[in-house]
Amino acid sequence: MEMSELIGIWLGAFLTLGIISFLYGDNPWYKLCEAIFVGSSAGYWFITLFWDNIYSKFYVGVTQDGNYMLLVGGVLGFLMLMRLISKIGWISRWPLAFVVGAIAGFYLINYFSSNVMYQVNATIMPLFGSGYGDPIFSASFGNVINKIIIAGGTFTGLVYFFFSKEHKGAFGATAKVGIWVIMLTFGASFGYTVMSRMSLLIGRMDFIFGDWLGLIK
Amino acid sequence: MRREIPMFITAVVGVVFVIQYFIPHWPFNQMNAWFSDWFSIISACAIWLGALNLMKISANKVYRKKKEWGYSAVIIACFAITVFIGFKGGESFREAGTGFDWIYRFAYIPLSATMFALLAFFVASASYRAFRARNFEATLLLLAAFFVMFGRVPVGDAVVGWFQNIGLPVPDAIMPSNIATWIMNVINAAGQRAIMIGIALGIVSTSLRIILGIERAHLGGD
Repeated sequence: MEMSELIGIWLGAFLTLGIISFLYGDNPWYKLCEAIFVGSSAGYWFITLFWDNIYSKFYVGVTQDGNYMLLVGGVLGFLMLMRLISKIGWISRWPLAFVVGAIAGFYLINYFSSNVMYQVNATIMPLFGSGYGDPIFSASFGNVINKIIIAGGTFTGLVYFFFSKEHKGAFGATAKVGIWVIMLTFGASFGYTVMSRMSLLIGRMDFIFGDWLGLIK
Repeated sequence: MRREIPMFITAVVGVVFVIQYFIPHWPFNQMNAWFSDWFSIISACAIWLGALNLMKISANKVYRKKKEWGYSAVIIACFAITVFIGFKGGESFREAGTGFDWIYRFAYIPLSATMFALLAFFVASASYRAFRARNFEATLLLLAAFFVMFGRVPVGDAVVGWFQNIGLPVPDAIMPSNIATWIMNVINAAGQRAIMIGIALGIVSTSLRIILGIERAHLGGD
């Protein structure tokens, strides 16, 4: 193993244990690791965006490809940095307005298309067929039940989120079923999140006991 | 003018992004390409702004010797080292074997992964305190979480498999892994879709308000 690799593994172990030490309580070792994390993360993104966007896209685009329209983006980007100077900080609203407008315009169409239209399309499927264009009665019994649950669950969930009408009578009963679906969803999401965090923890333990201590071969 | 110009910029950019979806031809396709390039340059500068602001605040803390200023000095030092090595690495800064790659592998990954892994402990302790089957809805949440977690670990299927091995007629369909998959693919899909559609409709209406200039919170107070 190379010396740099060895030093790196020891550094990784020091930082991993430092973060885990927070379980004992807030302590200087954790705070040191936290400060290293904040500083190196900021530096990581600073450099990554410099080479990927500012150099590759802007500098190369203007100087080598002759795309002078990029200068407008460069000027707007520079104006964004004026936020650091309090007297003329207001001018950073221009690039901010550009970003907000771009995101609003982009989301207006794309969210409606992918998160509304596509989801509705995927929810309302042929009941007795496997999919669109397939022969009727080609779906299994379990498949039919699942489609009913998905369509019904989505509908009742949406009814629960509709607050312009009081949740009473048949509407209230539908909203009640919607709550059950939402609670099951939250429970499933919670379980899934816990397991993903556990997976990360296992990865770190594997690093400590395998790469560092060499107890796991 | 401090409000009117930004509102005009927001409206023009927003409208162009909407129109180019329906009319992907000149001049809208050209404007879309320009705006997308500008957007990525401004985004990079926004991240720079955040990093530089962090340095400004940390340097101020060190200069004034405020409480725990030593950690701020560490932040500045780590930032400076990472940036120096990143600039020195040139365009191929990310390639294996470079100093930047070393920082990424042995500092950034251990720190970020452990930070997120730490949440496992806090989520577990929070759930121990908060998870009570007080009513029907809470019980549903508890059951869904239990089956998803139990079905994602080998011991889940091993327990049911043991019952099968001693001769009990336990169908494969109720294997914890199958139940977890069913919950994720059917019930969770339904609930997520309802949430997703609700959020998307909210985003669409908010976007429309921003483009039309009704929503102006992003422009600040004065």
